[in-house]
Amino acid sequence: MAEYLAQFINADWQWIVYVGVALVSCVLLLALVATAAAAFTWAERKVSARIQDRLGPTRRGGRFGWLQSPADGLKLICKEDIIPAGADRILFRLAPYISFCASFCVFLALPFADNWVALRLNTAVFFMLAVAGLEVFGTILGGYASGAKWSLYGAMREAAQVVSYEIPLGLCVLVPVMIAGTMDLVEIGGQQAGWFFHWNLFHDPFTFVTFWIFITCAMAGTNRLPFDLAEAESELVAGFLTEYSGFRWSIFFMAEYASMFALCGLGAILFLGGWNGPVPIGQWLVLLAPESGLLHDATVQFANLLGMCNFIFKCVAGVIFMMWVRWTLPRMRIDQVMTTCLKYCVPLASAMFLGAMLWTFAASVVVNARTEPPPSPPSTTAVAPRCYALQKTAREAEHGEEGNDGAGTRTSDEKGGRRQ
Amino acid sequence: MDVKLILDRLKQDCQRWITGSNLEALDPWIEVSAEGLGEVALLLRDAPELLFDMLHCISAVDYHEQSKKPAKGKCKGKDEEKELAEQSNNEPEWQPHIDVIYHLSSMVHRHRLVLKVILPRWKDGVEGQLPEVPTVSDLWSTANWHEREVYDLSGIRFIGHNDLRRILCPEDWEGHPLRKDYQLPASYHGIETR
Amino acid sequence: MSIEETTPRQTEFPPSTEFDVATDELLVNMGPQHPSTHGVLRLVLRTDGEVITEVTPHIGYLHRCAEKVGENLTPRQWIPYTDRLDYISSMNMNLGWALTVEKLLDYELPEKARHVRVIVAELNRIASHLIAACCYGLDLGSFTPYMWAFREREKIMNLFEEVCGARLTYSYITVGGVTADLPPGWLERCETFLQELDPCIAELHALLTSNAIFIRRTANIGVLSPEMAVSYGCTGPVLRGSGVDWDLRRDGEPRYTQMYDGYKFEVITETDGSYPQDEDYPPVPSAAVLGDNWHRFYVRMLEVVQSMKLVRQGMEKYRQTSDSIGKPVGIKQKLPAGEAYLETEAPKGQMGFMIVSDGKPVPWRVRVRSSSFCNLSVLPELCRGVLIADIPAVVGSLDIVLGEIDR
Repeated sequence: MAEYLAQFINADWQWIVYVGVALVSCVLLLALVATAAAAFTWAERKVSARIQDRLGPTRRGGRFGWLQSPADGLKLICKEDIIPAGADRILFRLAPYISFCASFCVFLALPFADNWVALRLNTAVFFMLAVAGLEVFGTILGGYASGAKWSLYGAMREAAQVVSYEIPLGLCVLVPVMIAGTMDLVEIGGQQAGWFFHWNLFHDPFTFVTFWIFITCAMAGTNRLPFDLAEAESELVAGFLTEYSGFRWSIFFMAEYASMFALCGLGAILFLGGWNGPVPIGQWLVLLAPESGLLHDATVQFANLLGMCNFIFKCVAGVIFMMWVRWTLPRMRIDQVMTTCLKYCVPLASAMFLGAMLWTFAASVVVNARTEPPPSPPSTTAVAPRCYALQKTAREAEHGEEGNDGAGTRTSDEKGGRRQ
Repeated sequence: MDVKLILDRLKQDCQRWITGSNLEALDPWIEVSAEGLGEVALLLRDAPELLFDMLHCISAVDYHEQSKKPAKGKCKGKDEEKELAEQSNNEPEWQPHIDVIYHLSSMVHRHRLVLKVILPRWKDGVEGQLPEVPTVSDLWSTANWHEREVYDLSGIRFIGHNDLRRILCPEDWEGHPLRKDYQLPASYHGIETR
Repeated sequence: MSIEETTPRQTEFPPSTEFDVATDELLVNMGPQHPSTHGVLRLVLRTDGEVITEVTPHIGYLHRCAEKVGENLTPRQWIPYTDRLDYISSMNMNLGWALTVEKLLDYELPEKARHVRVIVAELNRIASHLIAACCYGLDLGSFTPYMWAFREREKIMNLFEEVCGARLTYSYITVGGVTADLPPGWLERCETFLQELDPCIAELHALLTSNAIFIRRTANIGVLSPEMAVSYGCTGPVLRGSGVDWDLRRDGEPRYTQMYDGYKFEVITETDGSYPQDEDYPPVPSAAVLGDNWHRFYVRMLEVVQSMKLVRQGMEKYRQTSDSIGKPVGIKQKLPAGEAYLETEAPKGQMGFMIVSDGKPVPWRVRVRSSSFCNLSVLPELCRGVLIADIPAVVGSLDIVLGEIDR
């Protein structure tokens, strides 16, 4: 969008457009994150209530209590600002914002639909994982700066846990990246267009298992039960959050829900097709629309909007699944958490990676064996091949044809050709 | 095993420590002297026919003055009244004392026993000096906390206890509340108690 | 972490004070206010990283001088104080005290009163064990079973409210019988509750007893050997969880066991490697070691089923008896001179009451032997070498109530 608008402006002032667009993206994302946090607190209370055979908020905002979250937010803002006497004042104040910034920055590279992304990066996956890992700084600082032993315990546990689980998380993420051949999330999502069996989840059994390991590591990375010992209520009162109250506490919680949302979004794109639904409604709409012109563009964007709703639905489903698990299972101890990571998740994720790689290689050998020199250039407008290797072959063949039509002095025929 | 037999068994080895008994009471008890408590307790715990492996409770009862009226009403019968009147005439002069009561039982032999040690209210008659009795916490570990409680509330010192400090009252509390002549202090750290 | 014999008393580690800490150890206070200490219990932990080297419990924060008050009130007037000892199972506290005074008075209880006492005592045992088991889950992070158990306990409290007007501190069982007969229709409502409780127990087993994470958190932790349990005076599910076959309802004094004459129930403990097979219980996992947290929890869950059976039998016997429920003794009833001590099998262990009387209506001395007091005294032994996260697990498995520890 920035490029589109920049066309109309003099070259010297184009930076204003870029800044403006960036600001708009940030504001939209911030609004989304804040709304998501509020909505998820409400959802958490309702989901937990229903699981526990009770109702949850039913008074604020009608029968479903949807105004409970804004009411709680208002209450938290109005609370007294308490900083413990033994706390490091600057770090204590800084810690929640570090967490929140890290959580929020992850959304910059998260696409919500085809090319609907604040920052299109061709290393989006890497960026997201790296920035998400910065959130732990806020937690450690918060625990240390509180000046209380219990908070320190929570912070240390958190550090050990989150850092350890980044390894299997990265390994799990590698599998769909390898299948897609790119780290650009828009492309990864685009490759899964079509029906639900085009999703990476159903690409091979190894990816299927990897998805569940990914969910486990995502829960560990965001401190959700059964891995929530950093804020283990019954042992550490509230862990690193013990001394936080009011607005700072709510910032920490927004950070937590934001990273849950972000990791579920990452999982949705990598494994569940992102904005591509179980049913390719978007593609049908585009096919129905005229070939070009304003109506075509509008239909494409409308299909994108539907895709975004689809994507958000998947994220919300993932978050609700995490909540469901939280209210069902007991908590694991720190050494059991580390055992699960190092003895189970890492070897399993590695094995799945190996398996997926071999499967993909075997599949490409089989496909290549079947498609002996194609008589005509393979069509790229048909269902896009899911395997990067096949795509590469298709692209090379295409470029070879163009080269032939061009200068004529060179030929792409590998088996020799006319010599000058 | 009948309490009479238990008493006989005890008398075989610890005759000199047995100072009394009441086998007709609701909970028959055997009274031992403070010096012999350790030996008697060891015998009770380890003798194969006794095997009192569980110490249920250690209590202290403070008799700071003699009770004026004998029991009436729901007594067993007029004969007992006469007996009590006779006893109090024949008894040596009554002294204020504290009873330390041990309730024991054996899971193996399924018998129960009450052991009593009668102590003066103050050691050597000096007010403020707590009476002493040997500890049994090396025989039954549960005695550790029970003796701390008796020390805390009734003011009995248990010799040989590894960690005799208050358990229910704050560490710097003064006085032993369950003694009958205990007076609540007017204030504690500035907090008025009355 | 299994402690096979009594560890010798550590003389090189004096009880921890605030100033006596080695440089690489941390002295952490799990203060009187803490979500998982089951009341106002203060635990001072000496830790080396996450590993505990010493735990020192400090009690007395709930000391309300009940025994001193008992020297100024007649036994019937003192019954509300017994309610507030183990406030979760007040009926059993009332029962223990009433039986002790009846022993002193040599009182003969009518049949109907006996059956009513069994019904309410066992219902209260169900309530107490539900709380124990599911607060244990809460300590370990599992919130949902706690809510479901409280939903069932709410029904018990409604039943008790119909009987005596109170939800928690009943003062229902009194010296001489019970204060009032069961209201009409109560037995049917009780039967309905028992039918609704059955599937709930199965759900709790699925969420807790057989849950892999729960087993990992509780199995082989806090292992209490039978010898240590007896030496420390541990009773109730703590003792039976270590494999000792002892239940006062079967093995206690005649005045107490005759209350259960004609009642059939199993004593839940592992004998010859297996638990009683009278019902379909979940299997014992291979990781669990006899005497660990998991076994103590398991004993409680199984005892709920046994108590349900006892309640049903009690209701049947009540219907068949045409006796009266008796009359409470006079409030200023003179007590015969003498002493009486009686222990009963309360849900948390053996509760003992002693009454010393000099012939007046007001006793000379009242003594409460608390089961949780002795159960808690074994905590320092169980917690050597465990992680901090295991402290709530062990404390929860001992199922203590500070009301009866501190009195």
